[in-house]
Amino acid sequence: METMELKTETLQKQAAQSVSGGTALMDALVCENVSTIFGYPGGAIMPIYDAIYDYKEKLNHILVRHEQGAIHAAQGYARASGDVGVVFATSGPGATNLVTGLADAMLDSTPVVCITGQVFAHLLGTDAFQEIDVINITTPVTKWNFQVTDANEIPAIIAKAFYIAKSGRPGPVLIDITKNAQLQLFDYEGYKKCEHIRSYRPKPIIRKEYIVDAAKLINAAERPFVIFGQGVILGKAEAEFKAFIEKAGTPAAWTIMGMSAIPTDHPQAVGMLGMHGNYGPNVLTNECDVLIAVGMRFDDRVTGRLDKYAKQAKVIHLDIDPSEIDKNVKTTVPVWGDCKETLPMLTALLEKKLYPQWFQQFWDYRKKEEEKVIQEELNPSTEILSMGEVINVLNSLTNADAIVVTDVGQHQMVACRYAKFNHSKSNITSGGLGTMGFALPAAIGASYGDPNRTVVAVIGDGGFQMTLQELGTVMQFKPNVKILILNNQFLGMVRQWQQLFHEKRYSFVDITSPDFVQVAKGFGIPGKSVSKREDLQDALKQMLEHKGSYLLEVMVAKENNVFPMVPQGRGVAEIVLSKEEI
Amino acid sequence: MQKQEYTITVYTENQIGLLNRIAIIFSRRKINIESLNTSPSEVESVHRFTIVINETEDVVRKLCGQIEKQVEVLKAYYNTAGEIVWQEMALYKVSTDEIAEKVQVERLLRQYGARAVVIRHDYTVFETTGHREETDALVKVLEPYGLIEFVRSARVAIIKKSLGFHEKLKEFEYREPGEETAENEFLNEGEKVFSM
Repeated sequence: METMELKTETLQKQAAQSVSGGTALMDALVCENVSTIFGYPGGAIMPIYDAIYDYKEKLNHILVRHEQGAIHAAQGYARASGDVGVVFATSGPGATNLVTGLADAMLDSTPVVCITGQVFAHLLGTDAFQEIDVINITTPVTKWNFQVTDANEIPAIIAKAFYIAKSGRPGPVLIDITKNAQLQLFDYEGYKKCEHIRSYRPKPIIRKEYIVDAAKLINAAERPFVIFGQGVILGKAEAEFKAFIEKAGTPAAWTIMGMSAIPTDHPQAVGMLGMHGNYGPNVLTNECDVLIAVGMRFDDRVTGRLDKYAKQAKVIHLDIDPSEIDKNVKTTVPVWGDCKETLPMLTALLEKKLYPQWFQQFWDYRKKEEEKVIQEELNPSTEILSMGEVINVLNSLTNADAIVVTDVGQHQMVACRYAKFNHSKSNITSGGLGTMGFALPAAIGASYGDPNRTVVAVIGDGGFQMTLQELGTVMQFKPNVKILILNNQFLGMVRQWQQLFHEKRYSFVDITSPDFVQVAKGFGIPGKSVSKREDLQDALKQMLEHKGSYLLEVMVAKENNVFPMVPQGRGVAEIVLSKEEI
Repeated sequence: MQKQEYTITVYTENQIGLLNRIAIIFSRRKINIESLNTSPSEVESVHRFTIVINETEDVVRKLCGQIEKQVEVLKAYYNTAGEIVWQEMALYKVSTDEIAEKVQVERLLRQYGARAVVIRHDYTVFETTGHREETDALVKVLEPYGLIEFVRSARVAIIKKSLGFHEKLKEFEYREPGEETAENEFLNEGEKVFSM
């Protein structure tokens, strides 16, 4: 009798499919259509790495050189592909190394799922080797996080993680899995995607009356002005947005994160907003009568001093995150909702219009900016190269089809001011957090996120030294990344501020660099360094035509400043074109 | 805008770590939490936070927006003192000898509606429930007679206008969002609508 019972029990168990937590995680990732993972193994995540050994066909794991590189790569992947980036890291230092990237992804609303290993559940709170309270460390920098201590939780929690990371306003999610849960065998009943969480509203309800109000305001406007952010890209609403501005006939300016949502040469595109944005869009923000903000959050780098920002205008704010409405700028008409849904509703109510005189004001300001800033930046009168002219030549060689990944600092502002884009998801940069060292790993990720496109990482000499260990990743996995270092031998942006606001007291901004070409050579990556104008075009061409990764260092003017500039604490209309005006 | 006392009521899932997620919304902005209470709510499985802070309405509205944004938060409401019924409980430990000796103490305790919870030969513990001013007043009164220990609980509050969370929860359980959203008070207010 006893043996009979035992026999049936074993049979039942076989039918239920007993798998380890690690294997269940792999199955979950496959079901979520994950193809690339950026990670670094370690003690507390070894069972997961053991499980991925059997999934090598389905899951492409890229071994980075530092966990910060893993998460920036996942961010680059997410930004280039529009999908979720996935990261593996071990407990303790592995997890703490993710914090900068999580914060970056949080501020720039990038969907990333991080899986961290954790010590055995029975060791939690005992200061075990490589144990750290990852959940509490990462709470302020994640959209959601959760610690798994039992393998039975894994399928549902991973499903929730992906759903939360990519729905609504996207963001980073971290799942910490204790080692016992990774090892534990449990009855796995298959993976089910998450589609609803009771307490979580990814999209606020659309209020039709506000759309009607918004349309009335736009139709009655004399000088309407559209400003847009990354919400257009994250909402995959590029076509809806284009249709909207084309019917509305308004000028449209982008934030740094919204850049490339419409082609930069669109006839209604008037340039970039913000501290180092274009002259016209900044000044005319304070002259429009209706300001229509789409998927952007009125960051202080965009608004300058808030009490001097667009005071004359009625503001229409379209955003998926209700807490953004009235956060910095009070709106006249709030349009809650996914802009992919709200924009067509709004467009339908608009009268087709043109504002030639209003546009003329933008072109007049552009002319002034060209004369005072752009001409000298793109065609310097000196022998020394400028950052702007490098970007300008790059534009002509890539036909504005490349993905440009930038780091943080002067080169970032110059690249975003002068780069041309024909396609969405092309400008990948650390906007909110301003993370130096972002570009190289993010470019590696972007090359996996959209393998058919050329990826150019434009990096300063300072930022490159923060994460150049990822050249090792390039060496081993051979992604196709063009590394373009704009070397001004300074921490340029800080130097610019010290010059302008600290009486030129250059405090620790003079940075020495190694021979970058030699460094790249050490990693098996060919490269070149140029400093003369006559060599620039050929060198860039050689970089772009090279099959595989390549490093090009361009020596540029040491003490050039990025202008125009809205000095901190001033209004957007107080934007200056030269240091004499400050 | 003037700072005043607001009571924030938050309906949440009962989840480890959520207290921290909510607490850091305040600490990040250097806002002191005057009182915080977590408890079950009228709905089984739904938890309820009651948080008291002193702030301007503009800040409180933004804080509630940030709280509601948390994945495990169902809803956050904020109310002024007039819009809620609230109570706090306090415990007072006094020497039993002192009370026995001085008739006045007993009279005072009765006057303040205090109730003895524990009576031992060395000390007696009294309890009162009421508004802050009432529990504070008794502290003042007892101090001359050697108040050994005093402790006050967090505030618990009921929103006068609320119909409870049962109906609201049904909306959340549907996949489609409900009809109610925050009204925009600034609609058509033109120039007055900007703030720092």
